Amino acid sequence: MNTESNSYTFLFAALMVLVVASTLAFTASSLKTKQDENVRKEKMQSILKTIGINTSRDGAEELYIKHIKEEFSLDQKGNIDDSVSAFSIKLIREIKKPISDQRFPVFIAEVKDERYYVIPLRGAGLWDAIWGYVALRDDKNTIEGIIFDHKGETAGLGAEISQQWFQDLFKEEKLFDIQGNLVGINVSKTNNDPKNLDKDDHEVDAISGATITGDGVSDMILERMRHYLPYFNKLDI
Amino acid sequence: MSKESNKSINKKKSSLLFINKEREPLFSKKNRVLLTDPLDDNNPITVQVLGICSALAITVQLEPAVVMSLSVVAVMGASNVIVSLLRNLIPNRIRIIVQLVVVASMVVLVDQILKAYAYDVYKELSIFIGLIITNCIVMGRLEAFALGNNVWRSFLDGIGNAAGYGLILIVVAFFRELFGSGKLYGFQVIPESVYDLGYENNGLMLLSPMALIIVGIYIWFQRSKNRKLIEKN
Repeated sequence: MNTESNSYTFLFAALMVLVVASTLAFTASSLKTKQDENVRKEKMQSILKTIGINTSRDGAEELYIKHIKEEFSLDQKGNIDDSVSAFSIKLIREIKKPISDQRFPVFIAEVKDERYYVIPLRGAGLWDAIWGYVALRDDKNTIEGIIFDHKGETAGLGAEISQQWFQDLFKEEKLFDIQGNLVGINVSKTNNDPKNLDKDDHEVDAISGATITGDGVSDMILERMRHYLPYFNKLDI
Repeated sequence: MSKESNKSINKKKSSLLFINKEREPLFSKKNRVLLTDPLDDNNPITVQVLGICSALAITVQLEPAVVMSLSVVAVMGASNVIVSLLRNLIPNRIRIIVQLVVVASMVVLVDQILKAYAYDVYKELSIFIGLIITNCIVMGRLEAFALGNNVWRSFLDGIGNAAGYGLILIVVAFFRELFGSGKLYGFQVIPESVYDLGYENNGLMLLSPMALIIVGIYIWFQRSKNRKLIEKN
């Protein structure tokens, strides 16, 4: 067989593309339900973790139903829009819509009679997207817990934002200053409080070598929380 | 068709797959060299200077380095076998494309299966797994070895080269994690009391240039032990 002829080359290429494409398409579609299930349970797991409940992925669903009392999505003006399920909102798609079409999910959790507001976050790190969830106490100001994850930050540097020690720095930090303005949390390289004892300074210590990821975290918190101001203002009246 | 001609066709068929029909033992000396040579004398990173880019990128911590090494072992073993099986069928003019398609589909397959059945490992690894496609060692071995050797030898060559690559990755990651963050495999190994005495983690270790310097020191060390690697002139 002449493997150098044009017709053989074309035939080989066509056959190869067919075989590879159908193998990959078959694998992807037959594994899809299992994969989606993993993603869904991981989301529940993440939301639970912000309110201090650590669970395995398999146990997440049960605890989620137990602790998450309400889920709803808000429009730009802070009104609840019942037509959109909060859990199914994917911020990756949502933030690309015009602001008036965007919906902002809120999860209300209850642990030992304490009420928490869990809000999903999404922003940009150095290489790719970063995201997370923040749980606020009933004053809608103090952070009860926060978690971050990332797609492609550098291991050992930016990727450290998904580590417990970094997320613990945010605990009990305040989002609003005394005048009630939203200032967010600054991941700061010039933090005067490296032991993080001052919980009212709106600052946490940055990670060396991960300046841009840290700035991304600060920006993400401020940007996402801004959209919830109308809702919080309504609650306070 | 006579029995004899049938036999000869069979023989021809099998020799397509296994050129060495002389019943060479599976781990003959010649084959063992395929596994051990890339660990030292012909190391893909320190001697052939391939795969440097990922050696810089993922050696900040030991754990991703180990996992990356294992994934490269799997991908290289499998893709070397596939390309070796097809080596007499692949048209010469599009062989690079074919190799790339084989590697890429192996990587995507591994990625998808992990996402469904080992989600935690997948989350840890997904970015690194994508990086394997661009690892020059994989394509380099397909082109230089699997296209011209039988399946078993290609398999050994793939595993050996991936192990040589992994060895350097792990050595570099060991020093970078130890001196950069005082940990090994995520566990604190430098005790708090040492820090109290004024010891500080070396932040420079976390940045890529130090990986290059550690690889350089490794090459120096390797050549001082193994004189035949030193180039004349």
